[in-house]
Amino acid sequence: MTEGTTTYREAMREAIREAMRRDERVFLMGEDVGAYGGCFAVSLGLLEEFGPERVRDTPLSEAAFVGAGIGAALGGMRPIVEIMTVNFSLLALDQILNNAATLLHMSGGQLNVPLVIRMTTGAGRQLAAQHSHSLEGWYAHIPGLRILAPATVEDARGMLWPALQDPDPVLIFEHGSLYNMSGVARPGPVDITGAALRRSGTDISLIGYGGTMGKALSAADALAGEGIEADVIDLRVLRPLDDATIMESVGRTHRVVIVDEGWRSGSLSAEIGARIVEQAFYQLDAPVARVCTAEVPIPYARHLEEAAIPQVSAIVAATREVLAS
Amino acid sequence: MARKNKARTTLNHELLRKMLRIRRFEERCVELYSAEKIRGFMHLYIGEEAVAAGVCQALSPDDTVVSTYREHGHALVRGVPATAIMAEMYGKAAGCSRGRGGSMHIFDVTRGFYGGNAIVGGGLPLAVGLALADRFQGRDRVTVCFFGDGAMAEGEFHECANLAALWRLPVLFACENNQYAMGTALAKSHAMTDLALRAAGYGVTAWPVDGMDALAVAEAAARATESIRAGAGPHFLELRTYRFRAHSMYDPERYRSKAEVEQWKKCDPIDALIARMKATGELPDDDLALLEKEVAAEIDQAVAFSEQAPLEPVEDLATFVCSPAPPPSGTTPVSRAEAAS
Amino acid sequence: MTGAGPSEFRMPSLGADMESGTVAEWLVQPGDSIRKGDIIAVIDTDKALIEVESFHTGVVDSLLVSAGERVPVGTPLALVTTAPAPARPSTRERPPAPAGKEHPRPAPGAPEPAPAPPSPPVTSPIVRHLAEQRGLDLASVHGTGPAGRVIRADVERAQARAKASPLARKLARELGVDLARITGTGRTGAIRADDVRAAAVRQGKPREAAVRASARPAAPAAAERPAQERRGEAMRQAIAQAMARSKREIPHYYLATTVDMSAALAWLRQRNRDLPVPQRLLPAALLLKATALAAKEVPRLNGFWIDDAFVPGDAVHLGVAISLKGGGLITPALHAAAGRELGDLMAGLKDLVARSRAGRLRATEMTEATITVTNLGDLGVELVHGIVHPPQVALVGFGKILDRPWAVDGLLGVRPLVTVTLAADHRATDGFTGARFLAVVERLLNHPEEL
Repeated sequence: MTEGTTTYREAMREAIREAMRRDERVFLMGEDVGAYGGCFAVSLGLLEEFGPERVRDTPLSEAAFVGAGIGAALGGMRPIVEIMTVNFSLLALDQILNNAATLLHMSGGQLNVPLVIRMTTGAGRQLAAQHSHSLEGWYAHIPGLRILAPATVEDARGMLWPALQDPDPVLIFEHGSLYNMSGVARPGPVDITGAALRRSGTDISLIGYGGTMGKALSAADALAGEGIEADVIDLRVLRPLDDATIMESVGRTHRVVIVDEGWRSGSLSAEIGARIVEQAFYQLDAPVARVCTAEVPIPYARHLEEAAIPQVSAIVAATREVLAS
Repeated sequence: MARKNKARTTLNHELLRKMLRIRRFEERCVELYSAEKIRGFMHLYIGEEAVAAGVCQALSPDDTVVSTYREHGHALVRGVPATAIMAEMYGKAAGCSRGRGGSMHIFDVTRGFYGGNAIVGGGLPLAVGLALADRFQGRDRVTVCFFGDGAMAEGEFHECANLAALWRLPVLFACENNQYAMGTALAKSHAMTDLALRAAGYGVTAWPVDGMDALAVAEAAARATESIRAGAGPHFLELRTYRFRAHSMYDPERYRSKAEVEQWKKCDPIDALIARMKATGELPDDDLALLEKEVAAEIDQAVAFSEQAPLEPVEDLATFVCSPAPPPSGTTPVSRAEAAS
Repeated sequence: MTGAGPSEFRMPSLGADMESGTVAEWLVQPGDSIRKGDIIAVIDTDKALIEVESFHTGVVDSLLVSAGERVPVGTPLALVTTAPAPARPSTRERPPAPAGKEHPRPAPGAPEPAPAPPSPPVTSPIVRHLAEQRGLDLASVHGTGPAGRVIRADVERAQARAKASPLARKLARELGVDLARITGTGRTGAIRADDVRAAAVRQGKPREAAVRASARPAAPAAAERPAQERRGEAMRQAIAQAMARSKREIPHYYLATTVDMSAALAWLRQRNRDLPVPQRLLPAALLLKATALAAKEVPRLNGFWIDDAFVPGDAVHLGVAISLKGGGLITPALHAAAGRELGDLMAGLKDLVARSRAGRLRATEMTEATITVTNLGDLGVELVHGIVHPPQVALVGFGKILDRPWAVDGLLGVRPLVTVTLAADHRATDGFTGARFLAVVERLLNHPEEL
């Protein structure tokens, strides 16, 4: 690692550390976040610095500790709840949807839930069906939540603080394949309201987020070799979606490939595609294309898993197809 | 002795007033529901009034309450104005939840009343979290969580009992055992029906109480909250009670016999308390009549207020889904909960 | 109700050189009530798409020729039962229904028309089979085969509606390009934005198209030549035939005179000074008006040579030669030009140019010119040696108005001069008549107030 660079994991840890230093109300709670140092070693060393009250190991009770995070937020704290992976968040879905997302509205504006829930998401590590879900698109369906998907070290470092400042619940999805990625992360908050253009081109808009960003950028490199210049949009915020950035890009390229590690049916990619048709129909010069995960539970075997999830070659092929159709 | 008798008289009067307010309010709700002024699900507390009255008798104004969808009674005795509750059931903008919650979602953060949760067991984690926040912030208060015997079958109860006990949080688990999870009798959904004993299995101090006796409930709650404030961790009261009416407004009641209902009605907590007070001469007829008159006036006023209250403009449909744009990074927002406390 | 009975609507002659035409589109259906003057069909003459009007009022009885079919001039195209039409909106205000497939709708209040056998389009069995398979109405398919016939490729390309991207549709609307006449280069024949831009360039709209063109690398080249290109060739063929006939049959004589335009231009400047820009006149308006008045004054040059005899025109309908930017030439008529005020003539000219280039001219405009004017001065030409458009007998040419040395009253001065030429059919007139005509033109240009 060169000087000035850090890993996604360390960036996230630094962000938590900074938040806990800056604001006494911030605490970290979740399964094995303390003594173990976090399942993905994100919180390694934080217990030593902040003690067991503020770096709080929980029993394997997702509903209870996520709900307790909501209650603590209602009680004036700024909890960071770590759910080990999105797969286990289903055990807390009742709390996230029925309480965190709805309390503000249901109480006629009385109850803010300034809570941050972090969780790992995604496939690609041969963990098989129950540990490989990409359900952030589901969560992006829910009004009242802000959904973030940091795809860069900088976003891993900078998204947490503004997320803690949001008076409403924020879910941060960290793709499991990103923790070892290194990059430069300046301290300081980043915007959590919009998408970012990671590469600028004129021929196709590649739209991705989180774990698919690296693949989209690699595909753009490959396409550049064929004389095809891609706009690459990193959504960053999956809810509320930054329609303006998407439509601006489509307005320039007139062609779109959406890359989504979620299943195709009823997915975030479907939502984006529909919005493009709603808002930029007359800019489209070819059908919107999607590269999504095959509609199967993610298999264990490496070759099968690779075949199931979006790959660079599929993005390149989809782009060529769109340009020809 | 004289002093004690006097104090006791005051307590009985307070309990009676609380229970009567709930009973008369809900009786009016039945009328209004039948007249289509109130819609949606409406779960009545009639028969169970001693639980809300007794438990809340033990609370200080700072304490917090998390409740269920059968929460009119809890809200009323915690001081949420009858006007705000009634207007909410009318779906009016002046309702405590601005017409967005209805009967099942009464909230009043200024009175520490955190709903109004219509998912069975869904409020339990919130109570644990509120208590955790109190611990962090050094606030000396108790969070009471009301839930039913049905919630004892939910995983959230077991997770929360464990978590609260593990962290010794200041939570009072107030289990309103009205014998039925909607239409399923306790014995048909629990292998072990001694609920207090099950709670005790998590290391939570627990005991059963006659939930038809307001005074017994008040005394139990006072003991429990005192212990919680002393740092003994969460307590659990199994409050054995009975709802006289249907689960929601109307149901065919195929799951229980009329004879059973009539049997329980003989233990009506209000009748029982009145009888006791009359026997001791605490409650002359004039006093009861005056009390009824005051309660009726409060409810009349709530209804009159709700009738004329305006509706929330449809243009405001989407307000309160998200807060207004989050503040610029680096500043610290103040939540409504804090602003209120 | 006397006199009611079927009349034939025939393939009109939309130009002297037109021997046959293709029904590009029917705008009416059997059972529709029509009034005299209603536009009922669009005819493709190879030079232009011409809207043709009915000369009868009545009810369309049956269509005898399908859209896409090419037939000689004079072929009956439809039968019209001529009865007084009920009061109802013009057929143009209703969207045209697909031809042929459905049972004819009887017009409300109109007599039930006799069921007409659907006229089979001139297509091969395989084409009909394919169309049936795909649920396509052949009449709605644009034919690119010989004589505009629908061929297999057309059916394969055509869907119920042209397959075009939303952006292509939007561009087509903005650029005035007809999607039905574009061959898409998308993998499944879809028309994409670049196809529309290319078509717009071919149609002479390069500027807008270029503005809208992106810097994208070229899409895979079309395997087939676009229909637009073929269309241009057909027009070339039509012009070739007409001009060859003219040179072959017409004994031309040519006269020229040079006219001092000082008075005309001074008058024009004076007049334009008080007018808003859009209403200002160009010198071309003066030249046209002078020609029209001269033709009126010398009627032997205004008319047709038909069957070895001169037939005078009923009025002066000035054929104006308009070059199409995609190539080719068209000479629609400015009707009754001699009687029209200069501003009106100017507006008419602008309108004619615009509609010519959009391919939307009226049938009468294509047929009724009695004398043609060609003005190549804008292109820098000094002298036009024209060829008469048969069966007309004269063509007037104007060159560029140029400042030149010019003797005036024995002194040398610099004057704006224009060379006016006349090409005329010696069978109809002699040089004397021609000279008289040019003299009138010169006189009028010297006295612009008479124009």
